[in-house]
Amino acid sequence: MGYHCIVLVKQVPDTANITGDAMKEDGTVNRAALPAIFNPEDIHALEAALEIKDRFGGTVTVITMGPPKAADVLRASLYRGADRAILLTDRRAAGSDTLATSYILSQAVATVENYDFVFCGRQAIDGDTAQVGPQCAEKLGIPQVTYLEKIIDVQGKKATLRRNIGGGWEDVETPLPVLVTVIESANTPRPVSAKRYMKNKYKRVPLEFAPDAPEAAEAEAQGDMLEQWGLDEIHADLQRCGFAGSPTKVFRIQSIVLKKEGFASVEPTEEGIRGLVHELIEDRTLG
Amino acid sequence: MANFFEDNNDIRFLFDYFDMKEIAQLQERETPNGDADYLPRGIEDVIDNWREALRIAGEVAAETLFPSAETVDAEGNTLNPNQTVTLHPLVQANLDRLTQADLMGFTLPRKYGGLNCPILVYTMATEIVARADCSFMNMFGLQGIADTIYAFASDEIRDEYLPKFASGEVTGAMVLTEPDAGSDLQSVRVRAEQDADGNWRLNGVKRFITNGCGEVLLVLARSEPEISDGRGLSLFIADRGPTVRIRHLESKLGIHGSPTCEMVFDNTPCRIIGERQRGLITYVLALMNGARLGIAAQSLGVAEAAARLARNYAHAREQFGAPIEQLPAVADLVTGMRIDIEAGRALAYETARICDIENNTNRLLERNADALSADEKKTMKQKSRTLKKLNAMLTPMSKYYCSEMAIRTASDAIQVMGGSGYMKDYPAERYLRDARITNIYEGTSQLQIVAAIRGLTSGVYQSYLAEFEAKTYEDADLEALKARLTAAREELAETIAFAKEQGGLYVDLAARKLVDCGIDILIGHYLLGQATRCGRKKKVAAYFVETRLPRMAMNCAAVKAANTQALDDYLEFVGPAEE
Repeated sequence: MGYHCIVLVKQVPDTANITGDAMKEDGTVNRAALPAIFNPEDIHALEAALEIKDRFGGTVTVITMGPPKAADVLRASLYRGADRAILLTDRRAAGSDTLATSYILSQAVATVENYDFVFCGRQAIDGDTAQVGPQCAEKLGIPQVTYLEKIIDVQGKKATLRRNIGGGWEDVETPLPVLVTVIESANTPRPVSAKRYMKNKYKRVPLEFAPDAPEAAEAEAQGDMLEQWGLDEIHADLQRCGFAGSPTKVFRIQSIVLKKEGFASVEPTEEGIRGLVHELIEDRTLG
Repeated sequence: MANFFEDNNDIRFLFDYFDMKEIAQLQERETPNGDADYLPRGIEDVIDNWREALRIAGEVAAETLFPSAETVDAEGNTLNPNQTVTLHPLVQANLDRLTQADLMGFTLPRKYGGLNCPILVYTMATEIVARADCSFMNMFGLQGIADTIYAFASDEIRDEYLPKFASGEVTGAMVLTEPDAGSDLQSVRVRAEQDADGNWRLNGVKRFITNGCGEVLLVLARSEPEISDGRGLSLFIADRGPTVRIRHLESKLGIHGSPTCEMVFDNTPCRIIGERQRGLITYVLALMNGARLGIAAQSLGVAEAAARLARNYAHAREQFGAPIEQLPAVADLVTGMRIDIEAGRALAYETARICDIENNTNRLLERNADALSADEKKTMKQKSRTLKKLNAMLTPMSKYYCSEMAIRTASDAIQVMGGSGYMKDYPAERYLRDARITNIYEGTSQLQIVAAIRGLTSGVYQSYLAEFEAKTYEDADLEALKARLTAAREELAETIAFAKEQGGLYVDLAARKLVDCGIDILIGHYLLGQATRCGRKKKVAAYFVETRLPRMAMNCAAVKAANTQALDDYLEFVGPAEE
């Protein structure tokens, strides 16, 4: 019994520690120049899933999409309490924008089957789009609850969740399965468990071994191999993956420094609001 | 993320400095481990696991324990009207965190769900925890209770309790002290009586019990009413329940997060640990030795916290147009604190390492006796005896040196910070309040000196030092420092002989000075060893030897003055006691 939670996590460049060569000439992120970390809000998504497991029982499956090195976040998830971890990796997925990524992830979730919750961090710190979670929910055809603040209760096939709505909150009731995006204030992620570290530190995905390395067979025999899926395993339509499936093209990246400082007070009257809107149109914040 | 292991260069240096392989081989060889699914794969793996355990402890300490310490200190724990205690919610949350991290069975064998870490690594972890919150170390550090159960209780009791300790389900208390039995535990009066069916019950009052509200109580009680000294005492295990009432929660100077209880046993059912009459003389002494090393680690932690605070303040605070660290008087204080900590750490960690070798030798003898040849057994028994005597000296030395050092350091930290240090705006004043207990509980400094002086007068110290003096250093500077330490040891030996000639009472009177000399020389040798591996440590060793040997000369001169006025002219000096 209990609930099956799938957590979608991502390994991201540590944008909090930006160095000079963080961006490439073409305006894309120079991943090699930045240390790779567990996307911060995704750790909170994992914690939400582990909380469901602790409070109501069940299992937690973690999925990440990325290069073989992204297996780091899978191991980190196992150290904290995840039961199963899957790496989605395929050269044909390179160049995926949020639309293609959410398509691939939703195919993976559908392939795992029998889930009650899908947890995602609200957004990844490398793109800050907050689009992948909601798009996955749409493609899976399940309800979504964004900005999770608190898991109030889960009973049968129904969950009561609190969402942060900016300056307040609302409690919502949703049928399961549901996709939930999680923000940092939702919980405090647990530390790595020493025993789970000792147990899982040798886990690898096949691509982390050189082709035909004897260590790979050894790892397989020891039960140390993690699951690794490509686009074929999740029955993906290749036209919807990678560059082919990505209508978004980054035209230009520009650093904007906001000059205005302090506060401006706007009267809550027709006139005051009209003045504000006008000002925002003037400086092109709107429109 | 902040991490109190990763950011501590000295602890990381020492982790690499000690021969962890030797300890790992011993630790893994003789511990029954069951079929845990987290078994290490070889010795390197064991060492990596220990390092990770410290890394996790360092993260929980920095991220969870440290931020809650101020609130816990201000609010404390609560005594309920029904004579139970509710821990501060943050203390409870911190315990839960450590449980999630699987750090509550740090030294227990894997068979019971523990991590099977050696005392050396546990000592490091304890220091890391204490740096974050000195009072919380009493929760983390009480794992020694589980170790005592493991060492002396029956399999039935072990199997019942140890998994609960390892899983964090229970915490424990050492229930020893009574209103009339503090340092003198021989006069314990709580009674243990056995009924016709052989069931034991406890009756009486215990006082000043750290975490007396814990679930598992190890109680020292008089099982032989006709024997009035320590041989009439046995050790019992009891569960928290309605027959154990917490009558009072002490209001105290520091460590507010740690509940100090006065408790009443009212016909409390209990079971005996090990054999009758060995409660104090065997079990409690063993328990105390572990606990004393724990207090040394706690002292190091709080000193580290205070020294860091003062160091940063000395850099940031400007007076007379420059940071105050540029003033010689301040530089002297800040440097002194840092060296004092590293000196204490060298002593405490070396003691822990030797404890590990002793414990594992004993385990080997006890559990694998059949596999050993007669010769092997003989050699090991001899080794065990030698190590036991050595530890009986090093453990009190560590506890004494580190606790006094912590109080000095915390006080100097306030001094560096001046008025700001005295105010509640900074945690400096809390560090001093917290540090102040360390040279009192688990045996006062005066008692540690009584234990340590035996090692100095019996020859244990001299033969231990001979090992260090026999070493040769390639580096001429280190060789020169060693020669000075050797000369100092000779002077100390002469002084000890002089004190002995004056009689036992004089040795007691001079003991603190003699022990101070002994510790300074010993630490000097430890630092020389460290200096062979690190350029900075060579400077530390030089500073230490050059600043401490003059103090040693002073101590020796004072002892040789044979002044006994503190005894002879006591009343004249201090006057009559007030009514």
